[in-house]
Amino acid sequence: MFVRFGMRDVTLRYRQTVLGMVWVVLQPLISAGVFAVVFGGVAHLPSGGTPYILLSMAGMLAWGVFSGVVSRASSSLVGNAALISKVYFPRILVPLSTAYSVCVDFVVSLVFFVALLFVYRVNPGWAVLLLPAWLTLLLLISCGVGFVCASLMVKYRDIQYIVPVAVQTLLYASPVAYSLSAVPDRYRWLFEINPLTWILQEFRWSLLNHSAPPLWQIAGSIVVAIAVFLLGTALFEQMERGFADFI
Amino acid sequence: MPNDPAISVRGLSKTYRIARSADAPNTAAESALRRLRHPLQRAEYDMFDALKNIDFEIPWGEACGIVGRNGAGKSTLLKILTRITSPSAGRIELGGRVGSLLEVGTGFHPELTGRENVYLNGTLLGMRRKEIARRFDEIVEFSGVSRFLDTPVKRYSSGMYVRLAFAVAAHLESEILAVDEVLAVGDAEFQAKCLSKMRDVARSGRTVLLVSHQVQTVMSLCTSAIYLQRGELVHHGSVGTALDHYKQSFRISSQEHADPSLRPGSGELRFLHAQASQDVVEPAEEKVIEFAVGTNADLGGKYFVSAHINNEDGVTVVQCDSRLVGFWVSPDQRLEGSLRLATPWLRPGRYTVDLFLCKTGILDAWEGACTFQVLPMLPYPQATSTEGSERGVVFSDFDYKGN
Repeated sequence: MFVRFGMRDVTLRYRQTVLGMVWVVLQPLISAGVFAVVFGGVAHLPSGGTPYILLSMAGMLAWGVFSGVVSRASSSLVGNAALISKVYFPRILVPLSTAYSVCVDFVVSLVFFVALLFVYRVNPGWAVLLLPAWLTLLLLISCGVGFVCASLMVKYRDIQYIVPVAVQTLLYASPVAYSLSAVPDRYRWLFEINPLTWILQEFRWSLLNHSAPPLWQIAGSIVVAIAVFLLGTALFEQMERGFADFI
Repeated sequence: MPNDPAISVRGLSKTYRIARSADAPNTAAESALRRLRHPLQRAEYDMFDALKNIDFEIPWGEACGIVGRNGAGKSTLLKILTRITSPSAGRIELGGRVGSLLEVGTGFHPELTGRENVYLNGTLLGMRRKEIARRFDEIVEFSGVSRFLDTPVKRYSSGMYVRLAFAVAAHLESEILAVDEVLAVGDAEFQAKCLSKMRDVARSGRTVLLVSHQVQTVMSLCTSAIYLQRGELVHHGSVGTALDHYKQSFRISSQEHADPSLRPGSGELRFLHAQASQDVVEPAEEKVIEFAVGTNADLGGKYFVSAHINNEDGVTVVQCDSRLVGFWVSPDQRLEGSLRLATPWLRPGRYTVDLFLCKTGILDAWEGACTFQVLPMLPYPQATSTEGSERGVVFSDFDYKGN
């Protein structure tokens, strides 16, 4: 059922489009390109030796997963209101299945990214083997946040306005479009306490052979990801009973 | 099948909180502000009991109808049994999977093709992938839209859409099937097909629950029935008794309405009395309703009258709105009026008349203002038995011509 739901999302998104799946690659590529021009070309931020487009593209790969799951999951319950009030099925599948289509997007973009690595002759090294682990952590965090937003939105539609702004803010508050080394020292602590920073650094480590983040961040990201996911699931299941009455 | 009942419900209640006044907070900000101003005051709610302490058991292989007037809690009961919403109190034991069809085409996505929707909808309703694949051809054949399987359903006619959706649900292999008013859609042929399908389901030892307003449907399909009244279970047992209760409920409400001050409407003007000039009429005879309306000099303007003639099943057979024939009355004078119906010919049975006084809004709404009886005789010249006249809501003055 999870698969069926996810497939529905994937098919639906690119139906009646001319380019179809090409958009999956094009969207992050264009953002990454813009970031490379603005932050790398205009602002001359450091990129740690890698071509700027690779730096920002690696950031966008990870970011796409987070923002995709959070924003789609949060509106998924309300968007499927007719289903929720007419059929019984495990409700958590609705926000969870957004992860499916996001993963499809991720894999497609990753293939493209690997092609870029060959073009620029960058070797990510053995750390690339850890990539599935980082992806899992990122999915756990994203789903946890998505569950919370989705269940709150059933009662408070304010969430639908908060989520895009929050995601946008986080995009600039995390080292997605620039590297952590470009951040001035006085703001550094703000980034260091952000779990998304930890995971982004882990992604760059695996994708671009950047130096590994400190061990406490890796351990922290595992703990935080599992905690967020469990908390989100618990909240969701507690509120689930009232969904059909409030939606 | 096990000896346990298919469905066993004990002490089931469902309570909704409804905001007491019109100034209920609409946004979280409003309610937060209110909390700041009156930190100790609890938000005020009225409790509304949609279902009160319901107990019943339904054995396997039974088709059970759930009847009751609007707001009696039928749909709420079905929603709880299908686990869509949770009860406030009570225990439910279900002997198997419940397939539900509360609305035709739930989960159908307009952009997806018929084929994709069959799979998606089937999964949603609780079928396994293999199950759907195995019965796919059957489903398609039942729906009769095989030519359009790879067309997005948004391009379907509404009839095709409904047929495909019902076909999926009808092939559910769940042990219990819950259906809500879905037969009101589709043409007569398809409705008959659906009914026989549901009968097969019950015959195969599974259990069907059916909510319907249509007395005909319940009579022809169900082997037992539940009558609900304002959230309480009044009767569970034979279909005939449940339907009698249901019909009775229309008469009871007319007694409550005899006192003008208890009737809905603004009350600026009220009916004084109303009666049928003859209590008993023949089907083809002219029916006359006489009524009187009081005065209100302050009201100004003109008002009009409307009458609904309802049969025993609660179906409004005709609506007679005086605007349609240009009848307007000034409220500064007492009105002694009458309504004459030359057509249609009415079927034998008891009829109730609802009367309404309206201007810009409703001034008086008198449900069951009067009743009359139509004699059990046939108005047709050659009729020897009821054969050939069982169907239809009314009789008609018809004729055939040939070359």
